[in-house]
Amino acid sequence: MNPHKNQDEGKLASRLLKEIAAFADLPMRLMEVCGTHTVAIFRSGIRSMLPPGVELISGPGCPVCVTPAGEIDRAIALSRREDMILATFGDLMRVPGSSSSLQEERAQGRAIRVILSPLDAVKIAEENPDKTVCFFGVGFETTSPAIAAAVMEARRRGLGNFSLLSSQRLIPPAMRALLSAGKVNIDGFILPGHVSVVIGKAPYGFLAEEFGLPGVITGFEPLDILEGIYLLLRQRKEGRTEIEIQYSRVVQEEGNPRARGIMGEVFAPVDARWRGLGTIPESGLALRDGFSRMDAAQAFDLPLQDIAEPPGCLCGEVLQGLVRPPECSLFGTRCTPEDPVGPCMVSTEGSCAAYYKYGRGAGKHEG
Amino acid sequence: MCLGIPGKIVAITENQLAVVDFSGVRREVSLMLCPELQVGDYCLVHVGFAMQRLDPAEAQETMELLDEFLEASGESS
Amino acid sequence: MKDNKITLSHGAGGRLSHDLIEEYFLPSFDNAPLRALDDSAVIPAQSNRLAFTTDSYVVKPLFFPGGDIGRLAICGTVNDLAMAGAQPLGLTASFILEEGLSLEDLKRVLASMKGAAAEAGVQVVAGDTKVVEHGAAEGLYITTAGIGAIPDNVVIGSAGAKAGDAVMVSGPLGDHEIAVLMARGEFSLQGEVESDCAPLNSLVQAMLKACPDIHALRDPTRGGLATVLWEIAQASGVGVVVEEGEVPMRNEVKGVCDLLGFDPYYLANEGRLVAFVPEGKVKAVLKAMQKHPLGKEATVIGKVTAENAAKVLLHTPIGGHRLLEPLSGEQFPRIC
Repeated sequence: MNPHKNQDEGKLASRLLKEIAAFADLPMRLMEVCGTHTVAIFRSGIRSMLPPGVELISGPGCPVCVTPAGEIDRAIALSRREDMILATFGDLMRVPGSSSSLQEERAQGRAIRVILSPLDAVKIAEENPDKTVCFFGVGFETTSPAIAAAVMEARRRGLGNFSLLSSQRLIPPAMRALLSAGKVNIDGFILPGHVSVVIGKAPYGFLAEEFGLPGVITGFEPLDILEGIYLLLRQRKEGRTEIEIQYSRVVQEEGNPRARGIMGEVFAPVDARWRGLGTIPESGLALRDGFSRMDAAQAFDLPLQDIAEPPGCLCGEVLQGLVRPPECSLFGTRCTPEDPVGPCMVSTEGSCAAYYKYGRGAGKHEG
Repeated sequence: MCLGIPGKIVAITENQLAVVDFSGVRREVSLMLCPELQVGDYCLVHVGFAMQRLDPAEAQETMELLDEFLEASGESS
Repeated sequence: MKDNKITLSHGAGGRLSHDLIEEYFLPSFDNAPLRALDDSAVIPAQSNRLAFTTDSYVVKPLFFPGGDIGRLAICGTVNDLAMAGAQPLGLTASFILEEGLSLEDLKRVLASMKGAAAEAGVQVVAGDTKVVEHGAAEGLYITTAGIGAIPDNVVIGSAGAKAGDAVMVSGPLGDHEIAVLMARGEFSLQGEVESDCAPLNSLVQAMLKACPDIHALRDPTRGGLATVLWEIAQASGVGVVVEEGEVPMRNEVKGVCDLLGFDPYYLANEGRLVAFVPEGKVKAVLKAMQKHPLGKEATVIGKVTAENAAKVLLHTPIGGHRLLEPLSGEQFPRIC
């Protein structure tokens, strides 16, 4: 289903790169909002091919990286309860809380299960009526409709032992906060393809209208990303500031209204703390009153602690695009994927992990 | 942030569940977010849910348009 | 044998232990040194240098498409010897049986080991059995050791790769790890993926016949292709460049990697090898491999360079490149 598979990827890529180079006479700083884009960019080798005028900056779209340590601690506390099974996506397993991680807790014998879908957590609840099953729900708008659907399914099946610990966040408010802070210098956005499958084009309008910045909703194959970059450069060349859809094979202008509807039925926007960005109004999701019985934070009285960043950790600045991972003094020395200090090094799509795994030594002019 | 994988619906069971084929491997996928999908449709799947129909014709057309455009640029430069 | 399950008494060293060995183990590994039931197996020395290896097998589930813990134990040990260019002289196999293991399962595992040993042309000449209480061993653990004879003119090691060498693999990667993962059922994936678990010693012999001067051989088990290439690049002080588009992989394995967010270069294989072959001998070695049942899909995937020493570079299909680092920690499925 990769539309590029029948084409000669190499040929198309070099033609796109030629166009990109032609438009890159003036430097252009592009932020790839989405962590999955950060990894895709590295894995495809695109960084090694872009002309020097085009700079890619990683942004805060890594749900694991922006989840504060205090929220990890809450999940750990839950998992330590005798009667509890904690279900989580694999991405969260190695993220350090203030003193432990879910992986370490599992090694200590806690019932922690890695799942692929929120519906798996519902199934576990059904199969273990004598246990409480809590799903640690982390993600952005791509994932929230699925989590909402699973909550509705748990209610439909009358599962009194299913609960949700919500750590969900929303992308457009974070982008607005980043731009309003005025610290970061960006000329355009590579917008998250799969978040946009849900929310469509409209929520990004403020980027062009209020901040004069173009954005292209981009897919994840190497040619998608090259085309997205090309379209951003072309906009600047043609004096346009618009939101375009490159990923048209799945992103509709109106997104997926049904998915948004289900999300809206179950969740309400709330203020949320983002690692590195502080508290952003209406940037998180919490269960609506009608579903509050399933809210683990309420049901189990889990206070949220404000944990200070480890000394020297620059994850916050990296997430805002102010600092590149190699510029952090801990990068590759005290902080490595085997022994991470902050979440940007742990998460598979954290900027630091991506740089470490794919970017060290394979600079633009090597090979 | 989000792995979305294209797959083909090979069966629809009860309760808005489908069996989707991913390059020869199959998994159950919920159609709760995309109930209009039919057997034979391609869709984008994220965390066990179909998120949107994937249009192979649109995909092919996009590529052909890109191809043509680049061809034209190449000639004019 | 009255009951159909292993009990602690089977491990006590008395009558029941003896019966277990006579009825189950000896028939599976019938050979002279073993039948002697002495404390040590005595085999004649056959070369100046010996390859010597040991391994433990704790795979879950015990049985999976394409193999089981027994086949894995024989093939894994034989392959370690084969990667040194050695002809296996004998294997040992020690069993830790969990109380409650069904004798039927034990029989199946032993039969599988007998079959794999016959395929490899190797004998299990010594062994041991212990029984541990229920809950301590998840059914069955196997530890092996193997000795092999290395011909004088064969010098193969991770430090032997040289600039100009071709990097070849004997077949598609990732089958074993994905087959086992699917057999565990944790992620409810359905599909026909079989472990590639196989003894590679005869394939290696065929390759050495075509080119006695193969520089390096490794089987990419835990840690996968990336880890093995990185280790060779480090040990030999050379650069390795891999063409991503040339690395063979079954569609189903790619599909599972996509679904779980796994990087295929870190998947374990149990019946594949990576060979570093001098430039002039590539055609001959490839031909020899493709003639062999275990090398039918053998192909060149890259080359060794003097530049970028101790690094592994992956050339991507769009013409870019990225570094391939060794595996750090287990891969968790991801959604992002």
